Amino acid sequence: MTRETILNAALGLGLLAFPLWAYFADEPFMITLATRVAILALAGVGLNIALGLGGLVSLGHAAFFGIGGYAMGILASHAQSYSPLMETPFLIEGTKSMPVIWLTAIVASGLAALVIGALSLRTSGVYFIMITLAFGQMLFYFAISWPAYGGEDGLSIYVRNSFPGLNTLDPIQFFLIAYVLLMAALRFSARLAGSPFGLALNAARQTAERVETVGIVPYRLRLTAFVLSGMITGLAGALFADLNRFVSPTMFSWQTSGEIMIFIILGGTARLFGPVAGAALFITLEHVLGGLSEFWHIYLGLLLLVVVLYARGGIIGTLAGQEVKHD
Amino acid sequence: MNKKSFFLAATAAVLSAGMALAEPVKVGMITTLSGGGAGLGIDVRDGFMLAVKQSGNPDIEVVVEDDQRKPDIAVQLADRMIQSDKVDILTGIIWSNLAMAVVPSVTAQGKFYLSPNAGPSALAGKGCHPNYFNVAWQNDNLHEAAGAYANTAGYKNTFILAPNYPAGQDALAGFKRFYEGDLAGEVYTKLGQKDYASEIAQIRASGADSVFFFLPGGMGISFLKQYADSGVDLPVVGPAFSFDQGILQAVGAAALGVKNTSQWNKDIDNPANKAFVEAFQAEYGRLPSLYASQGYDTANLILSAMAKADVKDQDAFRAALEAAEFESVRGDFKFGPNHHPIQDIYVREVLQEGDVFTNKILGVALEDHADAYAGECKM
Amino acid sequence: MSLLLLIEQILNGLQFGVMLFLTAAGLTLVFGVMGLINLAHGSLFMIGAFAAAATAAATGSFLLALAASLAAAAAAGALVEVLVIRRLYSRDHLDQVLATFALILVFSEGTRWVFGSFPLYLNIPPALSGPVTLPGGIEYPVYRLTIIAVGLMIALGLFLLISRTRLGVQIRAGESDREMIAALGIDINRLYTVVFALGAALAGLAGALVGAIQSVQVGMGEPVLILAFVVIVIGGIGSIKGALIGSILVGLTDTLGGVLLPETFKLFMDPASATAVGSALASMLIYILMAVVLVVKPMGLYGARA
Repeated sequence: MTRETILNAALGLGLLAFPLWAYFADEPFMITLATRVAILALAGVGLNIALGLGGLVSLGHAAFFGIGGYAMGILASHAQSYSPLMETPFLIEGTKSMPVIWLTAIVASGLAALVIGALSLRTSGVYFIMITLAFGQMLFYFAISWPAYGGEDGLSIYVRNSFPGLNTLDPIQFFLIAYVLLMAALRFSARLAGSPFGLALNAARQTAERVETVGIVPYRLRLTAFVLSGMITGLAGALFADLNRFVSPTMFSWQTSGEIMIFIILGGTARLFGPVAGAALFITLEHVLGGLSEFWHIYLGLLLLVVVLYARGGIIGTLAGQEVKHD
Repeated sequence: MNKKSFFLAATAAVLSAGMALAEPVKVGMITTLSGGGAGLGIDVRDGFMLAVKQSGNPDIEVVVEDDQRKPDIAVQLADRMIQSDKVDILTGIIWSNLAMAVVPSVTAQGKFYLSPNAGPSALAGKGCHPNYFNVAWQNDNLHEAAGAYANTAGYKNTFILAPNYPAGQDALAGFKRFYEGDLAGEVYTKLGQKDYASEIAQIRASGADSVFFFLPGGMGISFLKQYADSGVDLPVVGPAFSFDQGILQAVGAAALGVKNTSQWNKDIDNPANKAFVEAFQAEYGRLPSLYASQGYDTANLILSAMAKADVKDQDAFRAALEAAEFESVRGDFKFGPNHHPIQDIYVREVLQEGDVFTNKILGVALEDHADAYAGECKM
Repeated sequence: MSLLLLIEQILNGLQFGVMLFLTAAGLTLVFGVMGLINLAHGSLFMIGAFAAAATAAATGSFLLALAASLAAAAAAGALVEVLVIRRLYSRDHLDQVLATFALILVFSEGTRWVFGSFPLYLNIPPALSGPVTLPGGIEYPVYRLTIIAVGLMIALGLFLLISRTRLGVQIRAGESDREMIAALGIDINRLYTVVFALGAALAGLAGALVGAIQSVQVGMGEPVLILAFVVIVIGGIGSIKGALIGSILVGLTDTLGGVLLPETFKLFMDPASATAVGSALASMLIYILMAVVLVVKPMGLYGARA
């Protein structure tokens, strides 16, 4: 067992233990915070497939996060007002069922990732960063000025969506849903990295020529990774919207893309549990520093600087040491 | 303690005379204290805290948090204040989109929300709630007053513009609801846009006799400076947001003479307002703004209700809020059936006093004005 | 729409483009030479504007204000380069994004701490205020014409600096081969500090010039930053010529799109919804332009390397 595996186990258990403690200590808000960590980490796990495994630095993952959020918002708002989503050519009703919403979010963000990825992957390096940013901004401005679903005001959903057999309004039960999905995504991500697909993707990240000589087209590998990555981030978006019972174009903003990326870098790029460690640290800092001073962004900025300058490889890199990979 | 603050303390003592009744009340204030929009949140907070301080009431406790102008942070803070801090009343939100995110869930959890600034139409009409009170205005109000003023000023062909987002669309709809003349043009700009050369060229070419605009924050500063420099000298009308104390110094002479509509100004002649303006200057060393006045009124409304009822007895407390028996710095103030203000809306003109730019009241644009959505509210 | 108005709008588009060029020039210079993604470029823009506003308030002189914006932004740039940025050249883009994002937080809130939460006053000097009548009868603000002139002068200055001076030779050498320039006995650390400070000074000057007709407030740099990135990516990273062409393209697209799209939609829709749909599409237009350019030319219009 490597130090990283032990660390990962500690993180996974810690994220479970903290809200359980909060549950017995009657601190429901702490459960909400932990749920937030789990959901944002899930978004990070999605981005990490493109970014860590595929070397695709996307500054536009807010697009998928937002699409997931709006999938929830649109379906639930139609269910809330008992008006069908569309009647021709066939009837589509709104729904408040989480599994249906999740599936919609995954499919919708996957399709968006297919289109955005197919166009963006023609570029590379900084141009890729910027073209993904451009697609994110397009959706951001579209969401703001599109009046049907609230524009900049966003959409409020008064009651959290339901999951068969569970009471999702109970913070601890909703946390467990998010936690289980996060663990499933982590397991999927780990298996993906070890699969022939993941190995080829990793090889293509390091030297594209090498995989081309064995007859694999890097473009297809990367597109597949980008779509999978978008799907997971989209699912996280649907959960995030359910956590807040609200969606707004802010989910599409470039700052959101930046924050998801920061979770990964803070935790350790391409580390399996990197997004979990990063999201946990970021949310904790936000929570603790926010109470200290009106100018707490200064301290947050300085702390981030220290991490990036002196703690290379992020939290996990620092604690577990450099190992096998990362260029 | 000088004479004035003694007078204030005395009024506060009168206000809080019925204090024996009151249980401690915990107020959660979620407002914007960092980033570009922080000026508004700071004014609301300072106005609110001034009233709390003046009251000397030990039974009110205020928790203040920064929402960073992000809806998800605001929702999270509301959850925390309700679940961990166990607040009875929430207040403080500046922006409509944040209010839309927070208010429905706060009222659904059985807490009171008193809005010191935002008044989206959805919360005034179908989405109204017995526990939601707006102490400022419904979003359309100031724009409606601008439309009414355009009629009295004899404008027949106005060019109107606003950013392309819900508050901007409401602004133009509100203006048109009262304006009777023709439109020389109707333009939606990009949210956050800072260069208006193209819109100003359209205004010049449109043959308009006047301009109405709603461009809050930095957008309005940019527009006014560029407009003043363009050589177009048509009269301009707008809501108070682009002409408020905090912003006006940054616009400078470009705003001189512009007419704007507001439910408050520092020269409204009543004792409460005089005392407020003086105390605010003494406490913070700057002139109060519209937002500060709204924060101040919100706090005094809460204090007046605390004097009459126990916050744990929701029906009694709600009735006490509805009665709105406090000395509003705006003068007459009462709530309509949807818990939104019925109040006078004034026309102000920007002028210079020494080297400070400020406003003076010209007259009333709409008297005892209620909002257009009250009819849709069923509660 | 009359032809005259159309010409005026084209002029507005050009002018907006030149304004964008002012901010994008420093960004593309720093990127081209050091390969650094600097998200904090917008903060240097803001520092220039605040320094100018404070100086103008204290002295009443616009020229001194411009000088202050150059000095303050260059000083802040040099300081940041020595303390932070220097350690990032060898890192990947991810670390650069995180570190410069952190700098935005520090700069924004630091500025708010020093200057308060309310926008500052900065206006154009009386000598440049008001409109002039151009041939053909267009009334156009003198100050905007001045901005066009300053922008074109800076573009020319940068071309000359890079093609004719010793520093330019070093910059070009640094872009193509870092080891070589060190082998030639040039102090690469000093060169990088100078280039970064130069890029920062350009951003600061742009902040002051643009701040005079817009608003000087915390957070003014971020929208500008995104637009500047759009511009340099369209033009091709590192290319001054690309930045100029990219700026003008973006300026024209944004201005003319905002004017013409709603008019076009009015041909087959009712005016209110045409305005709404047209404006919505117009606000997405420059990002659509950027995506189209990159899909067709993945390295931008004049890009040499990724």
